[in-house]
Amino acid sequence: MSAPPLLEIKNLHIDMRSGQERLNVVENVSFSIGAGETFGLVGESGCGKSITALSLIGLLNRPLSVGQGEILFKGQNLLKMNGSELRRLRGNRISMIFQEPMTALNPLATVGRQIAEMFVLHQGSTWHEAERKAIAALAQVQVPAPDKRVKNYPHQMSGGMRQRVMIAIALACHPDLLIADEPTTALDVTVQAEILKLMQELCDQRGTSVLMISHDLGVIAKMCRRVGIMYAGHLVEERAVADLFRHPAHPYTHGLLASLPVLGQRTLDERKPLQEIEGIVPSIAAFPTGCRFEPRCTRATPICRDTVPGPSILGDGSFVRCYHHG
Amino acid sequence: MVDQTLLRIENLSVCFPVSAGLFRRSHQAVRAINNLSLSLHKNECLSIVGESGCGKSTLALTILGLQKPTQGSISFDGKPITGAEQPGRMQRARMAQMVFQDPYASLNPRQTIYSALAVPLRLHGLCNQGEVEDRIAATLKMVGLKPEQAKRFPHEFSGGQRQRIGIARALILNPKIIVLDEPVSALDVSIRAQIINLLLELKAQLDLSYIMISHDLSVVEHMSDRIAVMYFGQIVEEGPWQSIFANPVHPYTRRLLAAIPDPFMIIRQEDMTRKDMQPPPLSGFSYYPEEIGTHDVYQSPPATEFLPVGDDHRVRFIAR
Amino acid sequence: MRLRFNLLFGGAICLIILTLGVFAPLFVHHDPILDANLMNAELPPSADFWFGTDSQGRDVFSRVLYGSRISLTVGIVSQLINSCIGLLFGISAGYFGGRWDEFVSGLTNVMLSIPSLIFALAIMAILGPGLGSLLIALGLTNWSWTCRIARSSALSLKSQGYVQAAKTLGYGDIRIMFTQILPNMIGPILVIGTLGMGDAILAEAALSYLGLGIRPPFPSWGSMLTDARELIAVAPWAAIFPGIAIFLTVLGLNLFGDGLRDYLDPHMRTRKA
Repeated sequence: MSAPPLLEIKNLHIDMRSGQERLNVVENVSFSIGAGETFGLVGESGCGKSITALSLIGLLNRPLSVGQGEILFKGQNLLKMNGSELRRLRGNRISMIFQEPMTALNPLATVGRQIAEMFVLHQGSTWHEAERKAIAALAQVQVPAPDKRVKNYPHQMSGGMRQRVMIAIALACHPDLLIADEPTTALDVTVQAEILKLMQELCDQRGTSVLMISHDLGVIAKMCRRVGIMYAGHLVEERAVADLFRHPAHPYTHGLLASLPVLGQRTLDERKPLQEIEGIVPSIAAFPTGCRFEPRCTRATPICRDTVPGPSILGDGSFVRCYHHG
Repeated sequence: MVDQTLLRIENLSVCFPVSAGLFRRSHQAVRAINNLSLSLHKNECLSIVGESGCGKSTLALTILGLQKPTQGSISFDGKPITGAEQPGRMQRARMAQMVFQDPYASLNPRQTIYSALAVPLRLHGLCNQGEVEDRIAATLKMVGLKPEQAKRFPHEFSGGQRQRIGIARALILNPKIIVLDEPVSALDVSIRAQIINLLLELKAQLDLSYIMISHDLSVVEHMSDRIAVMYFGQIVEEGPWQSIFANPVHPYTRRLLAAIPDPFMIIRQEDMTRKDMQPPPLSGFSYYPEEIGTHDVYQSPPATEFLPVGDDHRVRFIAR
Repeated sequence: MRLRFNLLFGGAICLIILTLGVFAPLFVHHDPILDANLMNAELPPSADFWFGTDSQGRDVFSRVLYGSRISLTVGIVSQLINSCIGLLFGISAGYFGGRWDEFVSGLTNVMLSIPSLIFALAIMAILGPGLGSLLIALGLTNWSWTCRIARSSALSLKSQGYVQAAKTLGYGDIRIMFTQILPNMIGPILVIGTLGMGDAILAEAALSYLGLGIRPPFPSWGSMLTDARELIAVAPWAAIFPGIAIFLTVLGLNLFGDGLRDYLDPHMRTRKA
C-alpha cells in the first residue's frame, strides 16, 4: 500500500443529457489499479462499464460527459488535461483494445503500416525504422511469418489474427495501462483461449497494468486478481476474484453466480432449475433512487429504496455497497 | 422398442457455388456441410456445438427448409421432407420452428405482438377467429408474459421479454421441433437463467424436441440430453451429454472443453488444467490441432469412419 | 414537440392549398380563363384583383387557385405511379436477387442516365399534349430513386431475423414483401415521395412551357410562370404569386413527409404517448 496506484478513479460521475434531463449513467464509481495489476470490470449491457473505460482516455462523446470526480493517472488528473496532452498519452501510455477488431482497424492500410504508425507518432521513429519494429511487434504477438503478414490488409486476416494485430498496436509503445473492452467476445472459444493467454503473457512480461472489461465471468476469473462488479451505473462490489466466487457479498453478485449453469454441476447433482434473478435490468431513464438493485433484490428493506448504500469495507481493500451484505 | 427418432438426417451435404471471375462461372463450391448424418429423438434436447464456420447455422436452415440440400435427405416422423416428396411450406412450418439469437433483430418493429402471433394462426387456419385471441393469450402466459401486453410493439420490451416473445412465436403453431440458435448468448447474464428454465419447462410441458446450436458449454451441459460436436461440416463426435463431458475422445472436443473459461473451475483448480487429467489423444483422427482453420473448404474432407467408442457414443476416425 | 410541428404545419399548408383548389369557385369572383380583358392587363394587386392581373388582364388570384388543381393532381398522381413502380421493382429486386435484380438494377441505371425531363418529353411527343399524357409521362420517368432505395432497404431487411422467422412460419414471398419488408422502409420512401411530388410540379411547369403540358388557356402554375417570364420587369406579381404557390406547396409537402415519417415510426409514437 506504499506506492501510489497507477490509476486511481475517485467518485466518477458520468451524465447523459437527454433534453432537459440529466441522467446519471455512472454514479460515484471509485477504484484503483496498481502497477502490473489486471483489474476486471464486470457488468451487463448498459451498466456503464464501457463508458467508464472511454472516460479514462477522454473519448466520451455527447450526450455523455463526466459530471464530477477525478481520474488520476500516475498522480495527474486526466480530466484536467487538454486535448494535446491527452493525445500524447493515448496509444502511448494508455492504449485500448476493442471488441470488434475489424471496425477498429483501418481497412485501407496494411497492418504493418498501422503498427508502424504508432512508433512514428509516439517515438519519433522514421518510417523505415518503424516498419522494422512493426515486424518485431507482430512476431511478439505470435503471428506466423510476420515479415509477410505486415503487407496484409485487415480483411485478409482471420478474426483472431486481427485481434493479435490490435494487441500489437496497443502494446507497441509499451504502455503502462491497457484497456481491453470485451476483447474476445467476437471470437470463437478456442481462439479466445489463445488471445487471453497471449495478453496475459505479454502484459506479465512488460509489467503492463490491464483494465479488463467483460460480461463473461469466466474470462474475468481467468485474467484478473481483483474485480469490480457494476450494476446500473453503480460499482456494487469490489473483491479479489477468488473471494468473489467463493463468498459473493452483494445480493446481485450472489444472484448472478447462482443463476449461472456450472460446468460439472449436473454430473455431481441432478439437474435443478437455475436460480433466477427476478425482474429486468432498469433502463437508464428509470434508475431507482436508492440502491439500483433494490427492485429485484430479495433482501431489500425500506432503507434500500431511499438511500444509496455507502461502501462497507470487507478487508484487504475490498468493499460492497449493500446494507444487507453477507 | 418403439422407434424414438423424430428427425433423421442422412448423408446431408450442402454446397454453395462461389461466383468468381468476369463471367461469374462457378468452378468451385464451398462445402458447408459434408455428408452429415444425425438423428433427433422425441422429447430430447440435442445440442450442436462448434465454432463459427463449422456449418451449424447452415444445418439449422436446412432443417427448417430455408436452404436446399445439395445431397442427402431429411425425414420427419419417417416421412421425407426434402427432395421430390417434400411437403409444402405450410406443413413444414408446423413441424419445426426456430428461436433466434438476437431478440432485437428477430421481431418486426412495426408489428404488434398480437399481429405477429395472429397472422400465422390465421394463415394456417388452425383455429377460428374467436379462438385466435384465446390461443395468443394462452401462449403468452405460457412464456411468462401478460396477455394484455400483446398490443404493444417490440421496442417496449426488454431483451429477455423479447426473447420470450420469440419463443411464443415459435410455439404458436404447435410445432414438434424447435431449433434454438444460441438462445441466450445475446441476453444479459442475469436474464439467462430465466430463459433457460423457461425452455426446459416448456420442453417437458409440451413434449417438445430441441435442436440447440450453442458454443456455451455450461449451458449445453445444463440443457442437453445428447451432444453433437461439429467441425468443418461434419459431426466429429456424438453422444449422451455424460459421455461427452466425462470422456471426450476426439481432440477437437477436448480442445473446445479446455478452451472454456469456466469461472468456478478456474477458481477451484487454479493450476490444474483439465488437459493434464486426460489421456493423450488417440491417433487417426480427421482433425489435427495444428491444422485448425487451414482446411480447404472447397475440397471434400478425407474419407472417415464414424465408430462407436461407447454406449451411443461415436467418434470420427480417418479411414484406413 | 418538433415532431408534431412538422406534421401539423406541413399538413396544414397542404390542406389549405388543397381546399383552396377544390373549392376555388367559392373564393374567386373572376373567371380564370374567360375574364380576359386587355383593358385590365398588368394591373398591380388591388382590392378587386388581389394578386394583380397578367398580360391578358386575367385575375392572377383566381388563376393561382384554379392552377393548384392541375399542379396538385400532377404532383400526387404522377408520384403515386412513380412510387408504385419503384417499390414493385425495388422490393422484388432486393428480395429475390439474382437475374431479376440484375435486370432491374440495369434498368434503373439506364433511367438515371437519361434526364427524366427529356424522357418525359419523348413520351409526351408520342402521346400528344394533355393532362392524361402528362400524368403518364411524369409517372413513368421518375421512379429510379424510389426503386434504388427500396432495393437496398429490401436487401438489408431480408436478412433480418423477423423475415427469417416469417419464412419458417410459412409466409409466402408476397406476404413477406408486403407485411415484413414494406412497412419497415416506409420512412425513406415517403420522403422521396414528397420530394418527387415537388419535382413533378416543377416538371409540369417545364413541359407546359414547351407547349407539351397543359394547353393554354387553362391555368397551371408552371404555365403561369412561363407566361409571366416576359413581364417580370413590368408586372412581377404575375410571376411572384405562382412562384410562392409552388414554393409553399413543395415546402408543405416536405414538412408533411418528414412529420409523417416520424409519426409512423413506432418508437416515436410511444415516447410521445
